[in-house]
Amino acid sequence: MHIVVPIKLVPDLAEELEVDASGTALDTEWLRYRTNEFDDHALEEALQLREVSGGTVTAIALDAEEADKSLYTAAAKGADRLIKITGAGEKPSSHATARAFADAIAGLDADLVLTGVQAVDDRDGQNAVLIGRYMDIPHVSVVTGVSIQGDTALVHKEYAGGAMGEFEVTLPAVLGIQAARETPRYAPVGKVRRAMRSATIEELASSGTAEAGSSVTRMFRPEKGQGAKMLTGSADAIADQLITIMRDNGVNL
Amino acid sequence: MSADVFIVTEHLGGSLDDVTFELLGKGRDLATSTGGQLVAVLMGSGAEGLAAELGAADRVLYVDHPALADFNPATHGAALAAVVGERSPQIVLVGNTSMGMDLAAALSVDADLPLIAYATGVEHGADGLTVTSQLYAGKMHVESRPTGGRCIISVMAGSFDGSAGRGGGSPEVESYAAPASIESSRVRFVRLMEPEAGDVDITQSDILVSIGRGIQSEDNIPMAQELADALGGAVSASRPIIDNKWLPKTRQVGKSGVKVKPRLYLALGISGAPEHWEGMKDSQLIIAVNTDPNAPIFDFAHYGVTEDIFEVMPALTARVT
Repeated sequence: MHIVVPIKLVPDLAEELEVDASGTALDTEWLRYRTNEFDDHALEEALQLREVSGGTVTAIALDAEEADKSLYTAAAKGADRLIKITGAGEKPSSHATARAFADAIAGLDADLVLTGVQAVDDRDGQNAVLIGRYMDIPHVSVVTGVSIQGDTALVHKEYAGGAMGEFEVTLPAVLGIQAARETPRYAPVGKVRRAMRSATIEELASSGTAEAGSSVTRMFRPEKGQGAKMLTGSADAIADQLITIMRDNGVNL
Repeated sequence: MSADVFIVTEHLGGSLDDVTFELLGKGRDLATSTGGQLVAVLMGSGAEGLAAELGAADRVLYVDHPALADFNPATHGAALAAVVGERSPQIVLVGNTSMGMDLAAALSVDADLPLIAYATGVEHGADGLTVTSQLYAGKMHVESRPTGGRCIISVMAGSFDGSAGRGGGSPEVESYAAPASIESSRVRFVRLMEPEAGDVDITQSDILVSIGRGIQSEDNIPMAQELADALGGAVSASRPIIDNKWLPKTRQVGKSGVKVKPRLYLALGISGAPEHWEGMKDSQLIIAVNTDPNAPIFDFAHYGVTEDIFEVMPALTARVT
């Protein structure tokens, strides 16, 4: 069983986001990048599946700021093989990203591709489904449970309201992971450092490309609408105000 | 290319999802502007009865096949690609839902059409389409325009008024033959699993004390429970709390959880990502406590507090005990 985990680097939302001078993109000067949180779930699920079914886990990322760190972190967590795709360009669209992943993965003889269900920046579509269609392998998105049975995967897909669809998927397939069975493991800094010394990142040149077919004309902070009326003061003073507000709004206390 | 606007209907367990009516309402405006028909694509098996509810559309394209009886990313994807490929609508609206996420991006590749995702606004005028998307967990909005005239747009549930899509009218129902390829699919539907019952039904609670990442640890949940008990409400949560298994799935508010409309929604340490907003935006009174003054939750809460939730929770509990 060879499980490939495509990883996307996304802006860290803990940092303040600013629009750049063009008015159409984020100001990258102070931006920090981190692994897409859903890709962390995909990696965790891949490592859990390997424990059950054996095999290897390959983490793969496009060459970008923090890509090496993200890949070494994947190695520290247990990934067997690390691949960086070069030449896919600066800030590729979702389509271009998925195309680069699809072309690279096509040569890896993967049985299963697990990636995050979405990322905070995939304006023109989600990675898992795009990779699936570019590779012409089946896809299921919003997945919270995977088990392998021979050459098929039994997959749980979440719907609204807590319902789930169960599907049997012929491998190879790509799954958009919403949540791993366990909270993604944490790799301590020391372990990541050791991985940086011992693990090797293979480089693969990107071949095909794809277009988003649309362009951003404006980026802006959402209008606050009316926004919340902000309350200030000590915790006690705030609690007093909140109780009054609740009563005034007909909340039965 | 036609000037038609297609919307992809969504149904589960025999009933249409709210997002279908939201798309119909918006689709109506768009079709008026493009000068085309508003066409609802309905895929299922023996599901033609649902067409009666799609009166806001000019026409229903109904694709009937046993392989479409339950949603299946592969068979529904192939059927949709066939319809869109042949009819060449100008605009295709899909919900940015669990089903829609499997359909929209696949259609983009299969029909070679641009996709603009996470849409909360769609306008069509003399200069074409402008789509507003919510990105970066709701912290930024972007306006995009398709390069050509045509586009698939996946729309965040709750973005448009569903009442406009529930109009009467009796659309023409046209049967459309499913492509033969869906006979042998690499994805097979096994069963639909309903949520386990037995836990607190948060949709029935007038008061919800809802916790998010800001609660930091499972050990802090009793503090929220004490407040909920004192207020006479229940504890609900955003996705990360459920993923950490600190609370059961039945307590999850949002896109893949439940939709709630309590009299009071007290959001504690919840940032307010779009997926969460979808599940609680209709609450009557929303009070948010979050130390991040830029948290999107403050954009739609009625009252906001940037104090530490661990200070505010006990102070509130003390006042209602």
